[in-house]
Amino acid sequence: MSAFNAIGEERDIDRNEFTPGLEPQPTWCPGCGDFGVLKALKQALPEIGKTPDEVLTCTGIGCSGKLNSYLETYGFHTIHGRSLPVARAAKLANDGLTVIAAGGDGDGYGIGGNHFMHTARENHDITYIVFNNEVFGLTKGQTSPTSPRGHKSKTTPHGNAKSPIRPLSLALTSGATYIARTAAVNPNQAKEIIKEAIEHDGFAHIDFLTQCPTWNKDARQYVPYVDVQESDDYDFDIHNRQEAQEMMFETENALHEGTVLTGRYFVDERPSYQQEKKELGEMPTEPLAERYFDDDYEWERSYDLLERHK
Amino acid sequence: MSDNELIWRVAGGSGDGIDSTSQNFAKALMRSGLDVFTHRHYPSRIRGGHTYVEIRAAGHNVQSRGDGYNFLLALGDSFARNPQEDAYYGNEELKPLAENLDELREGGVIVYDSGLIDEEDAASLDLEARAEENDWHVYPMDLRSLAREHGREVMRNTAGVGVTAALLGMDLSHIEDLMEDAMPEKILEPNLEILHEAHEIVTEEFEFTHDLRIPEGEHDEEQALLSGSNAITFGSIDSGCRFIAGYPMTPWTSVFTLMSQHLPEIGGISEQVEDEIAAAALAVGASHAGVKAMSGSSGGGFALMSEPLGLAEMTETPVVLLESMRAGPSTGMPTKPEQADLEFTLYTSQGDSQRVVFAPGTVEEAYDQTRMAFYIAYEYQIPAIIIYDQKLSGENTNVPVSFFDREPEPTLGSTLTEAELEEAVHDASGKFHRFQHETENGVSPRSLPGQKGGRYLATGNEHTPEGHICEDPDNRVTQMDRRLQKLEEIRRELDEEHESQQTYFGEEDATYGIITWGSSQGVVEEAVERLNEQGHSVKGVGVSDMMPFPEQEMTEFLESVDEAMVVEMNVSAQFRGLIQKELGRYGEKLTSLLKYNGNPFEPAEIVEGYELNIEGSDTEPTAQMRLEPAAGD
Repeated sequence: MSAFNAIGEERDIDRNEFTPGLEPQPTWCPGCGDFGVLKALKQALPEIGKTPDEVLTCTGIGCSGKLNSYLETYGFHTIHGRSLPVARAAKLANDGLTVIAAGGDGDGYGIGGNHFMHTARENHDITYIVFNNEVFGLTKGQTSPTSPRGHKSKTTPHGNAKSPIRPLSLALTSGATYIARTAAVNPNQAKEIIKEAIEHDGFAHIDFLTQCPTWNKDARQYVPYVDVQESDDYDFDIHNRQEAQEMMFETENALHEGTVLTGRYFVDERPSYQQEKKELGEMPTEPLAERYFDDDYEWERSYDLLERHK
Repeated sequence: MSDNELIWRVAGGSGDGIDSTSQNFAKALMRSGLDVFTHRHYPSRIRGGHTYVEIRAAGHNVQSRGDGYNFLLALGDSFARNPQEDAYYGNEELKPLAENLDELREGGVIVYDSGLIDEEDAASLDLEARAEENDWHVYPMDLRSLAREHGREVMRNTAGVGVTAALLGMDLSHIEDLMEDAMPEKILEPNLEILHEAHEIVTEEFEFTHDLRIPEGEHDEEQALLSGSNAITFGSIDSGCRFIAGYPMTPWTSVFTLMSQHLPEIGGISEQVEDEIAAAALAVGASHAGVKAMSGSSGGGFALMSEPLGLAEMTETPVVLLESMRAGPSTGMPTKPEQADLEFTLYTSQGDSQRVVFAPGTVEEAYDQTRMAFYIAYEYQIPAIIIYDQKLSGENTNVPVSFFDREPEPTLGSTLTEAELEEAVHDASGKFHRFQHETENGVSPRSLPGQKGGRYLATGNEHTPEGHICEDPDNRVTQMDRRLQKLEEIRRELDEEHESQQTYFGEEDATYGIITWGSSQGVVEEAVERLNEQGHSVKGVGVSDMMPFPEQEMTEFLESVDEAMVVEMNVSAQFRGLIQKELGRYGEKLTSLLKYNGNPFEPAEIVEGYELNIEGSDTEPTAQMRLEPAAGD
């Protein structure tokens, strides 16, 4: 018998279950793209049969970090840049959980960049949503890792000398096995991409364009957007690494030239880290967290490990 | 100094197999009924460099490396890179002989591999004259040729052991047994041949001029040879810890490696990750999801854990961290012991953050206190840290096997089941009150993700009972006070419900006290024993509870003496500072004996520090130590 009966529970799920009954007043500004992520998640989760108690949402710091204050799941609002190591360990500890990590572009591509690279490399079976607004919002508009060259802010008064990070290309090179870009202005596509990402076995990275109307662009500047799967102008195979790479490169360039390209960019079927680790005998096949509630389990003792010391 | 003890030092280069050879020899001595204690000295490099292991063996209890040593097996450094005498780091080939002579006791024995250390080079050390002066007995022997003749050059270790056994009049049976256990047949045979031949040559051809022989002893029960790292590993396993995350760094790596070997065998998970920030954050994440978890590092790596440590404290996520100190600052001396990270470990991380810190003094204490750390961490939902160093981590000593015959304690502490959650307090939207204002002892039980009815938000921000971010002053004060209360409750429980983790020794009614903490305990205990034998009225205490501080016990101890000397391996007298901070007085009673040259104290040095202190002498200690008198002296 499981000690975690929310996991895999089959029942009708009301969409409103993901909205807190006593909803805290969001700290997001009117017109903020973050509402788009929240809405897409609230729609996606019940559609793939998830209940609030089987989902753990780990966030970083910034406006995006408040996501789990307004999304009714188990939540862990961690520290700046560290949502991924917390999230992936929770998944290792109890791989029945649906684990979603989320944070901003500074959080994920800046201070947490090392974790992003390694979590992708290891292909942990979690979903990572990066709220990309091309700016540090909460701290009042400073230049971020995704801000374009020339971006002026209080910390770059003469304009940003750095070229922006290429989030999709970085995810691909690092080893992510599901890579997509969507935008707050495109809620239907966002919902579908989130569903696919959660159901994907492996590390799914979504670069989510979330306009920051206060410090950067407003929603209108992300319109019109183009879905690369639906447009006749683009033709590439998302299972082909080279083609995906080229398409990502073009997409990243286009954003700074005023064309918003979105969609799925890469899908790979390589086994997730959890699968690999189980295969090697480096991880138990049953969720580890269950063992602590199993009264019949005979815990191993150091007394039985002393042979080589005698 | 014991009359009948062996302190055997085997010296060579890193990569010469010094470690495995000494491990087996120590076990053979243990099996023959002796108490053993090992000490390891090594450089931060893969091959070459001067390294040695000391094994002290005697019929009675040995608690430290002892003073100096009396038997040198100088293998020579087969990976020496600078055979020239004028090289920056000196003639490395000769180092295993040259570097060790100063600490060799009078009447000591020297065996060196004349196959590697040229007899002329040895002569350049004035060996003959010094031997005469100190009554050393020198036995050069071409171990390399012997090893080559029967097997491979690296087997000259075995030849050295054979020579040692012969010179000490030691029976080969335990050594043979251990070789049979450890070696595959292909290399066992040549090794046995080498062992026997070396033994035979020495017995038949050498004229013994030395008096040193193998001590005698007997154990009442079966023993196991273990290091502090083994003990921490076993304490973790018996606490039900099944998750470790880490990044390699000396000397913390030894526990990380041991856990990584054991965990997959017992259905646990070990994660080597990108950096120490991630390592600590993973341990927090795993614990949050319901697994007993640990992480750790050494000074520089532990610095990166400051923020996840604070997160664990604020979100009340149980976690055990290790701080395996090495000589700092910065990269410092990676392979050398020091106790200079105490203040850093007690206070790192922003805000009024709280943690529990234990500093075990022996291998047994390392086991017990690791278990206590897990118990406290999970019961009180607070980070617990074991602070130790390369000395405790690498020293091996014998422990009765029965010591480990105990029940495991895999409980998750203050964690609710789904049935209990049904009865718990929830808000209108079904969020569980994870961080209740009203509690008995500051602890508000937690739920785990995936449990029905346990949903809440964990956050590093200040928060309401259900976890919502909140900056309301009343809520702030209530939550801060509740979290702080836990440390007081832990102190109360440690005082009232458990045996003290402090170790007292020496004459109970003595008026002079020697105080130490962590791994320096054994050596202080031995020094106090020696002082008592010499008729000095001295007692001592090895303190393990760093935080919460054992206020009551330390006050009692300090009230009972006129003066006290605090012995620690750092230059800024950190533990003395802690005593004064916590107790707010006693500055006039406390002298410090400090050592920070990279080598641990020897008992004679503490005896000397004591003598200089009571004489009020201005004389500098002979060893590289610093004696800092009490305030007002």
